[in-house]
Amino acid sequence: MVAHGLFDATTGDGLVPRKSWWSIVHIDPWLLLLLVILVTGGLFVLYSGADRDMAVVEAQGIRLGIAFLVMLVFAQLDPAVYRRWAPWLFLAGLTALAAVLLVGTGAKGAQRWLDLPGLPRFQPSEIMKLVVPMMASWYLSRYYLPPGFRTITVALAIVLVPMAMIGLQPDLGTALLVGSAGLFVVFFAGISWKLISAFLGLVAIAAPLMWFFGMREYQKQRVLTLLDPQSDPLGAGWNIIQSTTAIGSGGMEGKGWLQGTQSHLAFLPESHTDFIVAVLAEEFGFVGMMVLLGVYLLILLRCLFIATTAQDSFSRLLAGALTMTFFIYIFVNMGMVSGLLPVVGVPLPLISYGGTSVVTLMAAFGVLMSIHTHRRMIGA
Amino acid sequence: MSWGDFKDVAAERRLFQRRALVMLLLVIAASGLLAGRMYYLQVVMHDTYKTLSDKNRVQVQSVAPPRGLIYDRNNVLLAENRPVFSVTLVPERIDELDRTLERLQSIIDISGEDLERFRRRLTEPRRPFQELPLRYDLTETEIARLAVVRHQMPGVEVSAELVRYYPFSELTSHVLGFVGRINREELQRIDPVNYAGTNYIGKSGIERFYEQALHGEVGYQHVETNARGRVLRVLERENPEPGRDLQLHLDMRLQRLAFKLLDGRRGAIIAVEPDTGGILALASVPGFDANKFVTGISVADYQDLSTSLDKPLFNRALRGQYPPGSTMKPMLAIAALDSGATTRNRTIWDPGYYQINGNGRRYRDWKRTGHGWVDLNNAIAESCDVYFYDVALEMGVDTMQSYLSRFGFGEDAALDVSGALSGLLPSRDWKRAVRNAPWYPGDSVNMGIGQGFMLATPLQLVTATSVIANRGRWHEPHLLREVKGGGEASDLLPRGDHSNINLKDPEDWEYVVNAMEDVMHGAKGTARYAGRGADYRMAGKTGTAQVFSLEEGEEYDADEVRERLRDHAMFVGFAPADDPRIVVSVIVENGGSGSGTAAPVARSLFDAWLSNFGEGGPVKQVTAIGGEG
Repeated sequence: MVAHGLFDATTGDGLVPRKSWWSIVHIDPWLLLLLVILVTGGLFVLYSGADRDMAVVEAQGIRLGIAFLVMLVFAQLDPAVYRRWAPWLFLAGLTALAAVLLVGTGAKGAQRWLDLPGLPRFQPSEIMKLVVPMMASWYLSRYYLPPGFRTITVALAIVLVPMAMIGLQPDLGTALLVGSAGLFVVFFAGISWKLISAFLGLVAIAAPLMWFFGMREYQKQRVLTLLDPQSDPLGAGWNIIQSTTAIGSGGMEGKGWLQGTQSHLAFLPESHTDFIVAVLAEEFGFVGMMVLLGVYLLILLRCLFIATTAQDSFSRLLAGALTMTFFIYIFVNMGMVSGLLPVVGVPLPLISYGGTSVVTLMAAFGVLMSIHTHRRMIGA
Repeated sequence: MSWGDFKDVAAERRLFQRRALVMLLLVIAASGLLAGRMYYLQVVMHDTYKTLSDKNRVQVQSVAPPRGLIYDRNNVLLAENRPVFSVTLVPERIDELDRTLERLQSIIDISGEDLERFRRRLTEPRRPFQELPLRYDLTETEIARLAVVRHQMPGVEVSAELVRYYPFSELTSHVLGFVGRINREELQRIDPVNYAGTNYIGKSGIERFYEQALHGEVGYQHVETNARGRVLRVLERENPEPGRDLQLHLDMRLQRLAFKLLDGRRGAIIAVEPDTGGILALASVPGFDANKFVTGISVADYQDLSTSLDKPLFNRALRGQYPPGSTMKPMLAIAALDSGATTRNRTIWDPGYYQINGNGRRYRDWKRTGHGWVDLNNAIAESCDVYFYDVALEMGVDTMQSYLSRFGFGEDAALDVSGALSGLLPSRDWKRAVRNAPWYPGDSVNMGIGQGFMLATPLQLVTATSVIANRGRWHEPHLLREVKGGGEASDLLPRGDHSNINLKDPEDWEYVVNAMEDVMHGAKGTARYAGRGADYRMAGKTGTAQVFSLEEGEEYDADEVRERLRDHAMFVGFAPADDPRIVVSVIVENGGSGSGTAAPVARSLFDAWLSNFGEGGPVKQVTAIGGEG
């Protein structure tokens, strides 16, 4: 048996894994390898997307270095620590979110940052991407699974309250990610399909209400633009028209690295942040897109494997939810850039230029590695 | 751990595994959806998006042809194209023009005039997305400062443009004319395709006359632009066909000398090569700096030029219409001989005045004491007015008008000199139509000495004198000598349609030329001081044009009249007399007498041309200019 093959790891309790060097340092080598491949390739795309601005690549490299360190630190902590701390982190997070709504700073009409004296400026909503699934997992894992109706109601409250607070900032993208992270916990916990159907039905009813009462004008505009980008080709539709043009013109094999005309000629907006996948699609074509999707899928598979082999419910729920959140990033971002979904501020995970999401994402992988490498040695 | 001990651990694991499987399927399905979407965009719709992308970035731009250069006969460059850096704005790409202008003003020096000119151009019709210049001639510092902030200001460009430059500035301004930005009327007239990339057009002179040849044919390039319209790469280029380089008959050395000779005065000099009609020098003094007009002259500068008493913008050589005075006498002498109004032997008595039929108004001779007995030779050499009063009356206006018109008076006979005026060759019909009066004999008398209604430009005088120098052969004056790089001048030059003047007795030419030689070399010749000491024979005629007419019997002294009311000094002549290689006409406004002021100027030109500049002329030292007379 090859130790730590991608899908050959031990299945948890009962069997004793060989104590390898990797589990001593609490790192999952497969996940690490895949992440390194993704991040390295991502830097090349970023160099092109930022129009050969080496400063951007260097900044991102430093950020990634920090993020990897954060991942390592998070991997060292025992999952039990996260479980113990979850309620307190959650309370602190809610307080911070409330503070953001009251005294936060930000730009473009949204308050996202908290600038506390003595602390570095930070986005509480970003931290909630980790804390909300932790809290939900903590809460649900205290009960028999599948959970009862009342337990689910409380769990949903745990998810929806911070989500609503983030949505009020307003930060639709993060609210979506935080909310889905929490809802995935509830799903993994075993919420009955009946309730899921009822919930989806509720969403179907709530959607039009949201449209008329809950959404801001620019958010409505984004949805409208998705339905018909040509209605405002130079305004709201510009991004989608240009990004789909970039992707489509890439063809099967792409125009070649640094040869993308859409992105290098400044037609493509946000070419090194949220729309970076269009650069990749234009320059590396369908083949490049499939490679990227493949790497993402391998990471997801590895993470799902980690989740299913976790030793206790808390770890399973948390690992599963974090994995699926990562997938939501990918799906929402690619869906948005390719014109399947409305424009929501969700970066392409680990490739888009930008600080906080890289760190939280790597922290999540740290948690996953922690879950996989802190195994109780029953019978050892 | 409160509940964990009682939980069905295995069941929970199985539950999670089922749910994980569902999620795995969801992930695969969603990934499949993304992959399908990508396949649709990148493979199925690839052609559509490729076209869109190309359309996005590829634009067709016109490439202005470089304007043809202009050389003098010795290949001295008279008009060239210099790269000039300017800030241009494309108003269509600028959201807030005022703010952009304000910002630019804080970065580079923009005068109120620049702004005013820019705003004026903004209101004029133009091609969409055409760049409008704001400031020309940026310094390197300014270019650098703009480069730093340029990306923040879409629609603002620093563009290098080839701009016409006239190295000799005012020396050539009245010959070459100048180019300037295409204006409203010109926009209607030009071929929009060929001028698609051109901002300048010939406004006057050679630049205007040979505009088509100098301009060339427009080229095209497919360029890649970014979303802000900035050109990043040239993909494909069809080069423009450059404008033709032109060589003129002009000799810059002679031209420079002409300016020097008229320095500080107002006047005009035209020198022509009689064998070809090529214009060797064409000076209208003072000139102006044509370079100022190229990029748009400031209002203040233009005000200065246009209101100056010296009228630097006025091309005296082509548009100055002066009473030709006695310079007309050689042509009238030909007319008188050929028409039989007089003979070579006929003499008359000049008492100092002339009276029609021996009574009535006295027409004064310039010499109050009279010339005594004079024949036609004396009448020319000494410029006797009375003799010409007499033959003029004898000939009558019809005969004079007919002969003079064959010398090119009353029309613009030049081939490629744009803007030349026709002067005025009066006739009975003209006087009836314009003055609503019959032609009086007194009008003919006045016409006999080139006064009265008669007006001629220096160009017409040199043309007529050239016909005499050529003994009746016509070579219309023109500037173009050769089209460089193959091609005949005759391809571009209009054909002259003047027929040679054939006299009943061709010896009359020699007689008149001989009389003109006596003007220069004769014992009593009016320009004998100017002709003194030359080792070649020259022929000429002095003239003095009255700026205002004198009442009968009124005496005046030139010194007492305000300077600007003094007579215009005139001279026409050619040299060498028997084989002319240069013909000149000189007018010095308010210069006093033709013999004292204009003739020495001509002598200097003759000397320079025949001994120093001219081809095959005697290579001898130029003798000193003859004494003032």
